[in-house]
Amino acid sequence: MHEPVIGLEVHVQLATESKLFCGCPAAFGALPNSQTCPVCLGLPGVLPVLNQRAFEWGIKVALAFDCELADSMKFDRKQYYYPDLPKNYQISQYDRPLARAGHLDIPAGEGTKRIGITRVHMEEDAGKLLHDPQQPHSYVDFNRAGVPLLEIVSEPDLRSPEEAYQYLVELKSVLRYLDVSTCNMEEGSLRCDANISVRPAGGAALGTKVEIKNLNSFKFVRAALEFEAVRQTGALKEGWRIVQETRLWNTKTQHTEPMRSKEGASDYRYFPEPDLVPFGIERSVVDRLRRELPELPAQRRARYTAQYGLSAYDAHVLTQHRRIAELFEQTVSLYAKPKPVANWMMGGLLAYCNAKGKEPDEVAVQPAWLVHLLQAVDAGTISGTMAKELFVEAIEQQQDPQQIIAARGLSQIVDDGVLGPIADAVIAEHPKSVQDYRKGKHNALMFLVGQCMRRSEGKANPTQVTELLKQKLHQQGQEVTG
Amino acid sequence: MTIHELRAAIEGGRCDPRQVLDELLERIAQHNPRLHAYIRVEPERLRAALQERLQRGPRGRLFGIPITIKDNICIQDEDTGCSSRILTGFRPPYHATVIERLLAEGAVVMPRANMDEFAFGSSTESSHFGPTRNPWDPDRVPGGSSGGSATAVAADLALGALGTDTGGSIRQPAAFCGVVGLKPTYGRVSRYGLIAFASSLDQIGPITKDVQDCALLLSVIAGQDPRDSTSAPVEVPDYPASLGQSVSGLRFGVPKEYFVEGIDPEVRDAVEQAAKTLERLGMRRVEVGLPHTPYAVAAYYIIATAEASSNLARYDGVQYGYRAANGSRLQAPGSRPPQGDLIEMYLRTRAEGFGPEAKRRIMLGTYVLSRGYYEAYYLKGLKVRTLIKRDFDEAFERCDVILTPTSPTAAFRLGEKLDNPLQMYLSDIFTISVNLAGIPALSMPCGFTASKLPIGMQLLAAPFQEPRLFQVAHAYEQATDWHRQTPAIALN
Repeated sequence: MHEPVIGLEVHVQLATESKLFCGCPAAFGALPNSQTCPVCLGLPGVLPVLNQRAFEWGIKVALAFDCELADSMKFDRKQYYYPDLPKNYQISQYDRPLARAGHLDIPAGEGTKRIGITRVHMEEDAGKLLHDPQQPHSYVDFNRAGVPLLEIVSEPDLRSPEEAYQYLVELKSVLRYLDVSTCNMEEGSLRCDANISVRPAGGAALGTKVEIKNLNSFKFVRAALEFEAVRQTGALKEGWRIVQETRLWNTKTQHTEPMRSKEGASDYRYFPEPDLVPFGIERSVVDRLRRELPELPAQRRARYTAQYGLSAYDAHVLTQHRRIAELFEQTVSLYAKPKPVANWMMGGLLAYCNAKGKEPDEVAVQPAWLVHLLQAVDAGTISGTMAKELFVEAIEQQQDPQQIIAARGLSQIVDDGVLGPIADAVIAEHPKSVQDYRKGKHNALMFLVGQCMRRSEGKANPTQVTELLKQKLHQQGQEVTG
Repeated sequence: MTIHELRAAIEGGRCDPRQVLDELLERIAQHNPRLHAYIRVEPERLRAALQERLQRGPRGRLFGIPITIKDNICIQDEDTGCSSRILTGFRPPYHATVIERLLAEGAVVMPRANMDEFAFGSSTESSHFGPTRNPWDPDRVPGGSSGGSATAVAADLALGALGTDTGGSIRQPAAFCGVVGLKPTYGRVSRYGLIAFASSLDQIGPITKDVQDCALLLSVIAGQDPRDSTSAPVEVPDYPASLGQSVSGLRFGVPKEYFVEGIDPEVRDAVEQAAKTLERLGMRRVEVGLPHTPYAVAAYYIIATAEASSNLARYDGVQYGYRAANGSRLQAPGSRPPQGDLIEMYLRTRAEGFGPEAKRRIMLGTYVLSRGYYEAYYLKGLKVRTLIKRDFDEAFERCDVILTPTSPTAAFRLGEKLDNPLQMYLSDIFTISVNLAGIPALSMPCGFTASKLPIGMQLLAAPFQEPRLFQVAHAYEQATDWHRQTPAIALN
């Protein structure tokens, strides 16, 4: 038996307004080179000045992973030539990263598994090359150059592609809770490289690792790791040797393929960035940022099972998105039945998000809306099916479902004062069915209920009408026989 | 004419700045072809700039006064090129902070004082545009790398100038040309807009005809700058106020390590005479030790080249400056041959764009930062740097300023050291420790050789003790007349 040993390197763009070392906007999607200045273009003579907010957000992330923070902030230059790198060096951190030795607890069965975080460091992003196959040259867009990045490196603690997937989900969840990144893989604000080796299960020594790149979604990460685990295990069983290399995930073939090897080993010639003097990380700043940390998913999960009696699964699903969790709690504070609220969050809101391909943050929902729907179902005013339809309408029209119910007259008639005369009229009009019912034909009752529904234009509450009809038929029967 | 004299004349209405500029341009037209202090002068642009200054410029401390700028300090919309081919056509869309500060005082900036390419040199011979000559003897070098600035000031082709100093590039040419040059404390003057050679060593400073001008220019350009994280949050004192104060009772240190074999006897004697003058002014001489001096040159050439190799990496032909012909085809990765055209463009652009000294330093710097050599060279260099700093800390506990020669010799002949880089590096032997330690130092004339070449002495002080330097230098200047002597070329 072989087991895979996996570690992940994640790059996260911080969603600060400006870039890491200049005042240019860091937003995604602007016209090429419209968000640049002499500093992020690396023109001669200009100097970097650290974005204080990015620095603080880096500390927040490190604290969320329970890392050991460095005493001081020191940057280094990582040197290599590429046209998207304006200075031909990247301002990064080498021997003294912002933080080390943290961890992230990921859900595993009913419990959790602790995954070590080796280091978290801060660096600037590079620009982007744009290739037009119709033209003999390439273009460079420097909008991304200088956008703040955090590199988060895990220990090789992951033992399956599924764990790697769970790690990424949890990592993204934490970063979204902290509100420091959009974590959007399509826009490149979260990028992941995976390292994987295989070894005899339970062994202590590590096998030769392979790095996988071009992983543009969490699902690709899992699929590529699954492919690679099988490939490497198969190779070892055949008695072959694994070559240390970088492989690319090919989404079309669903295979990893060797990347063309670089000429010679890369030597980045790191040395301390002389344009940025190292400065001490102040205790008071760290304490303030620690106080500002929100309750994180893992803590929230534990509380949900304890406080609300939810299952580990429910607690996990509810806490994955901060917005969902907050909405859940607000709703429960107004409507104290956690399990139905949880079901609505998952079956209603999350299902809606999945169907529309939206993030929960992109969907505006008021807790009062949910409360009104739940109360209306409880009161029998509307059916569960109608509640679900109304929920979608409420979101899309941004309106309280209560108002929609009122405006459209959609509510079911539950008032016996209204239903009574309808039932009386139906009984009077269908003596044959009344007789059939009395003879014990159950279908006759269903027919009468249907007639009541028709007469009420579908608004009558069917359960209530059934009860009412039975009651009235029973009374009449007594009068007839009596 | 000095800056302070011209300032008084303009403020007193005795002098029209337009006439001053015209006379200056006339002298430049006459002498620059031979001396080559400026790479290029555009009289009409300068006249227009002056006109603009006179009409709209602030009536500050440099109102209507032209200040010459070394070719590595960015002036918005002016060619700024470090005397290198690789920056051909580069016009910065921004001013260096020092330029903004000069303009805020009403000055006119005069671009493109010649220099060693990227400030790599001690003779201004490595300029892509050809060497500058020493006005005292045009067969000799003016020193470097700020040779254009120093020559311009000495030959009266400038009223005052800005230079930059990474290992002596202000002080050594000031000494060779018989003028005053100051390397301020690291962090005293913003480096924003200074095209970097070695970021942890570079400082911009004045080159002037006398100490008073030097104090005036420093007071204009000094101060913290939010755009330069290495600029110091230290208040700028009133430098001119330190002039004219008695030096009686102050101590000057003389380090024995600076009077060793290899020093020209004429230089040693001149500095010894200066020491006697300082004693006559009431200062007390103390012997100090700077024991790590012998390691300074090695440490300097490791740290400075390491930083330079990195700072110069950006000159690749992609965005601006020189690009090798046919180097514009940039193939997408994955095409064949793999990125061949891109690497070809890098190689050819840099091979054709940089001169031999720049290439030498890039290779040295790349080597000392390479895997397996970093600890042996760069880290060791940093350790030596710390020790040198400590030497000075200890020395300044015993004295207020330190007196040394600026350079072991007076100006050497053109071509004399061009083929011997090590010999060239050693001409900075007395100046580079100052940059490693980050302390301020001023070079000023203290005599002449028998063949009438200026000799410079250097005064060093503790960090941010520039007022002390000005106080002692001014007292010495008042007691001597070296600064009043001008090269024959400046007289006709």
